[in-house]
Amino acid sequence: MTATAERPTTTIFRRPSSTTGLWSWLTTVDHKRIGIMYGYAAFSFFLIGGIEALLLRIQLSQANAEFLTAGAYNALFTMHGTTMIFLFVMPASAAFMNYLLPLLIGARDVAFPRLNALSWWIFVFGAIFLYSTFFFGTSLAPVGVDGIGGIDGNLAAGGGPGTFNFLADSPDGGWFGYQPNAGPLYSAGTAMDYWALGLQIVGLASLVSSVNFVVTVLNMRAKGMRLLRMPVFAWMTTVTSFLLLFSLPIIAVALFMVTFDRQFGSLFFAATNGGDPILWQHLFWLFGHPEVYILILPAMGIVSEILPTFSRKPLFGYSAVVFAGAAIAFLGFGVWAHHMFSSGITPVAQAAFGLATMTIAIPTGIKIFNWLGTMWMGRIRLTTAMLFAIGFVAMFTIGGLSGVTHAVVPSDWQQTDTYYIVAHFHYVIFGGAIFGLFGGMYYWFPKLTGRLMNEKLGKTHFWLMLLGFNLTFAPMHWLGLQGMVRRTWKYAPETGLEPWNVAVTIGAFIIALSILVFIYNWFTSRRRGQESGLDPWDARTVEWMVPNPTPEYNFAVPPVVGSLDHFWHLKYDQDAEGRAVRKPDGDEIVARIEYEQLNPAEPIHLPNPSYFPVLVALGLPIMFYGIIYHETLWGKALIAVGAIITLGSLIGWGMEPLEEPHHVEHEDHDQVGEASFDG
Amino acid sequence: MADLAHEMDLGHPEHESTGIDNRKLGMWAFLSSEFLFFGALISNYLLYSNRAGFTGVYPSEIYDIPFTSVSSFVLLMSSLTMVLAHNALSRGDQGGTRTWLFATAALGAVFLGGQVFEFTEFITLYDMKLTTNPAASAFYLLTGFHGTHVAIGVIMLLSLWGISRRQGELSEKHGMNLELVGLYWHFVDIIWIVIFTVVYLLSVPPA
Amino acid sequence: MSRSRFSLVRIAALVGLVLLLGACSLIGIDDAPLTTFEPKGPFAERIDNLFWPVFWIATGIFVLVEGAILVAVFLFRDRHQAKEAKQLHGSPKLEVLWTVIPALILAGVAVPTTAAVFDLTECGTDAIEIQVIGHQWWFEYHYPDADITTANVMVIPAGEEVCARMTSDDVIHNFWIPALNGKRYLIPGQTTELRLEAYEPGEYWGHCAEFCGLSHSLMRARVVALDPSAYQAWLEAQQEGAPVPEEGTPEWDGYQVFQNKGCTQCHTVRFEDDSMSLVVAEGAFNGPELTHFASRGVFAGAILPEEGQDREDALGQWLADPPNTKPGSFMPNLALTQQEIDDLIAWLESNE
Repeated sequence: MTATAERPTTTIFRRPSSTTGLWSWLTTVDHKRIGIMYGYAAFSFFLIGGIEALLLRIQLSQANAEFLTAGAYNALFTMHGTTMIFLFVMPASAAFMNYLLPLLIGARDVAFPRLNALSWWIFVFGAIFLYSTFFFGTSLAPVGVDGIGGIDGNLAAGGGPGTFNFLADSPDGGWFGYQPNAGPLYSAGTAMDYWALGLQIVGLASLVSSVNFVVTVLNMRAKGMRLLRMPVFAWMTTVTSFLLLFSLPIIAVALFMVTFDRQFGSLFFAATNGGDPILWQHLFWLFGHPEVYILILPAMGIVSEILPTFSRKPLFGYSAVVFAGAAIAFLGFGVWAHHMFSSGITPVAQAAFGLATMTIAIPTGIKIFNWLGTMWMGRIRLTTAMLFAIGFVAMFTIGGLSGVTHAVVPSDWQQTDTYYIVAHFHYVIFGGAIFGLFGGMYYWFPKLTGRLMNEKLGKTHFWLMLLGFNLTFAPMHWLGLQGMVRRTWKYAPETGLEPWNVAVTIGAFIIALSILVFIYNWFTSRRRGQESGLDPWDARTVEWMVPNPTPEYNFAVPPVVGSLDHFWHLKYDQDAEGRAVRKPDGDEIVARIEYEQLNPAEPIHLPNPSYFPVLVALGLPIMFYGIIYHETLWGKALIAVGAIITLGSLIGWGMEPLEEPHHVEHEDHDQVGEASFDG
Repeated sequence: MADLAHEMDLGHPEHESTGIDNRKLGMWAFLSSEFLFFGALISNYLLYSNRAGFTGVYPSEIYDIPFTSVSSFVLLMSSLTMVLAHNALSRGDQGGTRTWLFATAALGAVFLGGQVFEFTEFITLYDMKLTTNPAASAFYLLTGFHGTHVAIGVIMLLSLWGISRRQGELSEKHGMNLELVGLYWHFVDIIWIVIFTVVYLLSVPPA
Repeated sequence: MSRSRFSLVRIAALVGLVLLLGACSLIGIDDAPLTTFEPKGPFAERIDNLFWPVFWIATGIFVLVEGAILVAVFLFRDRHQAKEAKQLHGSPKLEVLWTVIPALILAGVAVPTTAAVFDLTECGTDAIEIQVIGHQWWFEYHYPDADITTANVMVIPAGEEVCARMTSDDVIHNFWIPALNGKRYLIPGQTTELRLEAYEPGEYWGHCAEFCGLSHSLMRARVVALDPSAYQAWLEAQQEGAPVPEEGTPEWDGYQVFQNKGCTQCHTVRFEDDSMSLVVAEGAFNGPELTHFASRGVFAGAILPEEGQDREDALGQWLADPPNTKPGSFMPNLALTQQEIDDLIAWLESNE
């Protein structure tokens, strides 16, 4: 139903207009396509990060193993953490937020469609830039006091004893880049510059997204969709966006500081010249702690959608869940130094941050109890999506409880920097966020494809993953308290740590197996899955009021929202006991909605595709390559070229209207389905 | 409601909304993030500005307050001319808009020139470079980023001025752009007021 | 078997796994020398006493929540004749309850936590000061009162408080002796403090716990607690210099190798005849002081000799190619001949 436009010539190049094929994906400004691209990219990085983890686990399955060299090991754990956090969980959340936010609030797109495309392209170019370190980065021997060291001979053929040495020239300062170890002296070479600048680029992508989402939620809601009638996922998107807006600038400053230290000789973290290495940690964690809420809140939103649907009753304590989410975000800015309890900060600071950390457990507990309350006395259907949502609640509780033990500060002096911490955050990020994301994939798969994922395979995936996950991460609590420190390439057999490390490695491979099941399910269901129809889950919220797969224009007729769970109330009344009673014409209502949405009364005009987002984004990695090699002539040239591409494209964008002038044309109604998701 | 794009281009949808144009709201969201960006830079400077034990000269030992006061005044005046430009556009005075836009850009450029001069003095006369000590690094990072923001603002102002000259007038869409640039410009000015106060006027070298 | 039975089996398997994992918490310090579960001094014990009550509270909450999930799933499972659910939106009473009760529990935990933070942080006024300097990838120990410097093995008197005043020569490290206390950073350009005390004489293992580069996992620590009189004797022995070897002995040959191969650039050795002492300049890059090398049970960052390895074999392995044992090691491969290595070993092992 898109209008066929004359070939417009209002900008330097002719406006793209294709709706199919690679070119259409490069120039799309449709939030759904952008969300899909984010999703596939994020999942690819999940697989890469997972392989990195498996390599680490092979090395750790035996005491004194030499499967990996020390250099390769350090690079792998650096990239595993960086990849999983910045290139998987965040963009996967972005995939959901992009695809769903307009649908959840009854809108046709986000407030700034081209800006949306821009953030996607900045992300993917940034991710490629970061990963190009494996090809171009160098990681040299540390240069110590008096300039001693820095000799490659110190590295014994590249990274020390061990078989697998590929990757030893990659970023190896940890995903957290503590100074001065990740600074110019002790991480000489360019690998950590790729890390710092790559993160800078993907951070910018998230910042741009957040501006978009905040304006979308505040300004683009359908009539009647008051803020406290929005689905919880829309709320969590908003809160996450605010978290990003306020935390990203801090890491941006920190990354600029470390880049300047490494490239231009500034002295921010140079301890020998009076710089304060702990300053890096403060700045990093001022971002880093809100970051973990950025990682978890979208998944909490997903779970808050799935649980009510498959319990067939409303979310228990909707307002409390919303406000608890906001409280967690707000409090999350006040606890950062709980990552630094053994760093020598004063006892007053330690006590204060310990108390603040305990406080966050309260709104978190509220959410967990409210989810339990949602299930309690419900009519529970254990679909795969529901299993993952319940799994989230169960696993996140464990992670949350171990988190509370960290808040007991002196106890944390034993726990910090050990595998006990690794256990904690994997329970909350994997058992929490990732389980939630998988639940969302099963739940909203029909919206993308018009089909259902196979439930048998889904359940196999769930149980395998639950088993593998617990086998991998539960023993880590034990290993940590038995003295296994983090970021450790080798451990001696006399430490007694080997047996449980073997179990952990086995668990990791079981997780991998479960993911293979998921991948198989995804691709076969896309092609041959059972058709879903409009409302496969008998759902509650407005995104299920559009046909599956989602038409390009989302709503032919935007809903006029009367209440929370608007769709449910269109289908169901309540009897005297408060139980749901399907309206006698419930099926008719749904059928009418489907017909209306498939057949818009008048042509719907959507924003045209545009070249400029991909061009603006392209200039950034070019500039940043130039910065890394700025001492050479061609490095300087790259900076200039990148800047010109970005600036020039920004000007072109500024002159391009969101939508080109068009003729109205009458189109065949049955073609609608093809205008949507393709590929 | 069928014409989503037109609505979004105009920035005011007909349904639940704050009543503030999308683009203005977006600029406010972006600026709120920028406040934290400069907050981190300013905190970093405050941390190092009077920490004892550094070699080399401290920035607060060599400030030329009279000179910087003049360039601060210049920047403040540019905010005034920005308001005048906006005023002129709301009255439909396209020529006036152009004049005041250009004046704002010019004053911004003068400010930048002053910064360049100041830094050159610091480097050549007092040997205070980015690499001298952490306090100097912090000073240059903060003021350097602020200057970069001013420079980007000047480019945006000149672009608007150029568009106005080429098309004879600023359309409604570009009128909104003028408001957005104006918001950005005032923000950059406010940050400078904070920097001038905290960094130049209030900071002292260690005892 | 029926659907719910099958799920029951799977859940039981999971629970069994959890219990199995829990049951293995009975391995002691002899099998896991870095364990935190067997405190051997007052500070570690205070921490242990904080941990267990909180752990049991957490376990109780775990049982409640996970139990509620399991019960809910079984009781309220959709069966085909089931009635629709009551559309409950919430219960203000319950919400208040489950906000206030956790808050009270946390307040209860917060009080002893805060007290312990203050009690455990500052060194006692009578504590014996030992300076710890972190290097990539070994710990250096300096005893200011006795003016002795050693490495890799920190000797302390049992039953007395030691105040470790710590800093680093390069990057951030983290000193951790689990049996004696929590861990604390070693930060270049700053000083941190850690209280240590062992109830009884014995050997207590430790590890660097902050990622510090290539050989972070090979930066270990050893604390040896001696009863007070033995400690005094140790101090006195350490204050004396090493004996100058007799000419013509293998020790003498080793001593020559030491001087000729550039080892004196980084390693200090003090002799009984102080005029012969080979001292690295103050503030220059340095390796461990070797005056009493043979008195230390472990070396090379406390990783050698490995368990069951002969000490001289280990020393030979180290001297032949340090970066091969410790990636990134600043001690280079000097291409020593076997004779040179044997002589060095003879000399080093005579420095008791």
